[in-house]
Amino acid sequence: MPPATSLAIDLVDTLWSTVLDVAPILLILVLFQVMVLRQKVPHLRRMILGFLYVVLGLDLFLVGLEMALFPLGEIMATQLTDPAFIHGAEGAEAARGADGVRWRDYLWVYAFAAAIGFSTTIAEPALIAVSLKVTEVSGGAVRSGGLRVAVAVGVSIGVALGTMRIVTGWSLPLFIVIGYVVVIVQTAFAPRAIVPLAYDSGGVTTSTVTVPLVTALGLGLASSIPGRSPLLDGFGLIALASLFPMITVMGYAQLGALVARRAARRPDGRDPRQERDQP
Amino acid sequence: MPALLSFLRLILSALRDLAPIILVIGFFQLVVLQQPFPNLLPIVTGLGLVLLGLAFFIQGLEMGLFPLGESMANAFAHKGSVAWLLAFAFALGFGTTVAEPALIAVAAEAAEAAAQADLIAADADSRATYALGLRYTVAVSVGVALLLGVFRILKGWPVPVLIIGGYVVVVGLTFIAPPEIVGVAYDSGGVTTSTITVPLVTALGVGLATALGGRNPMIDGFGLIAFASLTPMMFVMLYGLAY
Repeated sequence: MPPATSLAIDLVDTLWSTVLDVAPILLILVLFQVMVLRQKVPHLRRMILGFLYVVLGLDLFLVGLEMALFPLGEIMATQLTDPAFIHGAEGAEAARGADGVRWRDYLWVYAFAAAIGFSTTIAEPALIAVSLKVTEVSGGAVRSGGLRVAVAVGVSIGVALGTMRIVTGWSLPLFIVIGYVVVIVQTAFAPRAIVPLAYDSGGVTTSTVTVPLVTALGLGLASSIPGRSPLLDGFGLIALASLFPMITVMGYAQLGALVARRAARRPDGRDPRQERDQP
Repeated sequence: MPALLSFLRLILSALRDLAPIILVIGFFQLVVLQQPFPNLLPIVTGLGLVLLGLAFFIQGLEMGLFPLGESMANAFAHKGSVAWLLAFAFALGFGTTVAEPALIAVAAEAAEAAAQADLIAADADSRATYALGLRYTVAVSVGVALLLGVFRILKGWPVPVLIIGGYVVVVGLTFIAPPEIVGVAYDSGGVTTSTITVPLVTALGVGLATALGGRNPMIDGFGLIAFASLTPMMFVMLYGLAY
């Protein structure tokens, strides 16, 4: 099959499944609009066009990811977790004989996990959407770029720790509970206005781009380590990837508040952040 | 012409959003794994599609999804019927989740895990029943989450108290739920919120907090997504306990 034809088929296929995805949302919106609200919708034409753009955009986005990134990322995840790569060609047998999984052998895996967690989060459309909204609502006080980097750092830490946990076999609930304790303590000290947003950012991060790549990494890792079951140990990466952004987003706001307080104590009373922001 | 220019700007910012992934994949492929890129053509075509898709998505967001969420929030606020608003919130949560492909995949895996752990019979039938039950459980939990979240905005209850209370329940359930379901439950919180639901729900929350007056949209408008990530964890563990 010529590549152009198969591309067209892919596009139509994905478009269909995106439409199916959107259909229940649309149905509910229309139903409530017609039956309950019964009000004229302002700029209806423009809104419908925007909805079409969203569906078309997601379609192109998903097909492109499927073509360019996912196959490569999944192959890389398999190769990086392959015992032959981790212990070297001869070392593989020796390591198996020694019957110990040494967590230090997997440094490249953690590095890949951290890097892929960060970079996929930066490209996550849902996070872009929320950060646009936040910039609008906060009147520019929370900067969209800063928020996205803070979330991405959180996902990156979460996924890296998650892979480390699969290698070492540490307990997942323990990580989650400690993470919650940190979140609770931070909640008491972070600027009040950031807290709901920080909680939201945990759920926003893990969608279209991050989940497939991170899942492939977790499954590859769990199946390549003796004594780990992909079904029981492959889970948990997403959970940690949703936990740490809460911590980093609140941390980001706390850092901002700290810098502002420092600036207020300076004799001239100027906020160094604002100086940097001015072009 | 200005439309074209602004679209070009969107493409450029999409390129900036994608640059980290391209760098990471390139670095690991060439430097760490030391392998050449197989077949560059599909990769370049695919990246082109991703850029175009992201630009369209953002454009559509500003034109369609955000205004839609806001105008519905406004209309509900002016109509003043709490019951209908709550019904809408539940329907939105349930409807967007029940058909979510990521959830279908996770439910199937969870059924597999449960069968391996001898929690259910290993035949295809009981696995399918288990997976379907799990899907409905998660969908109901997201519906409940949005319902509660919207009610909270109306009442002005603080988010942290509710969320932290929820965490305490999740931690408590962790100790009594079957261990096989715990990992699935934690992950189910992350998979429920899709790319179309998030902007819509965010716009709805912020729109409500703005329309009601006397609310700070930063403090009262956000938090719906957090509820939608929390309740699935609880409900899935309860499902594991009940099964």
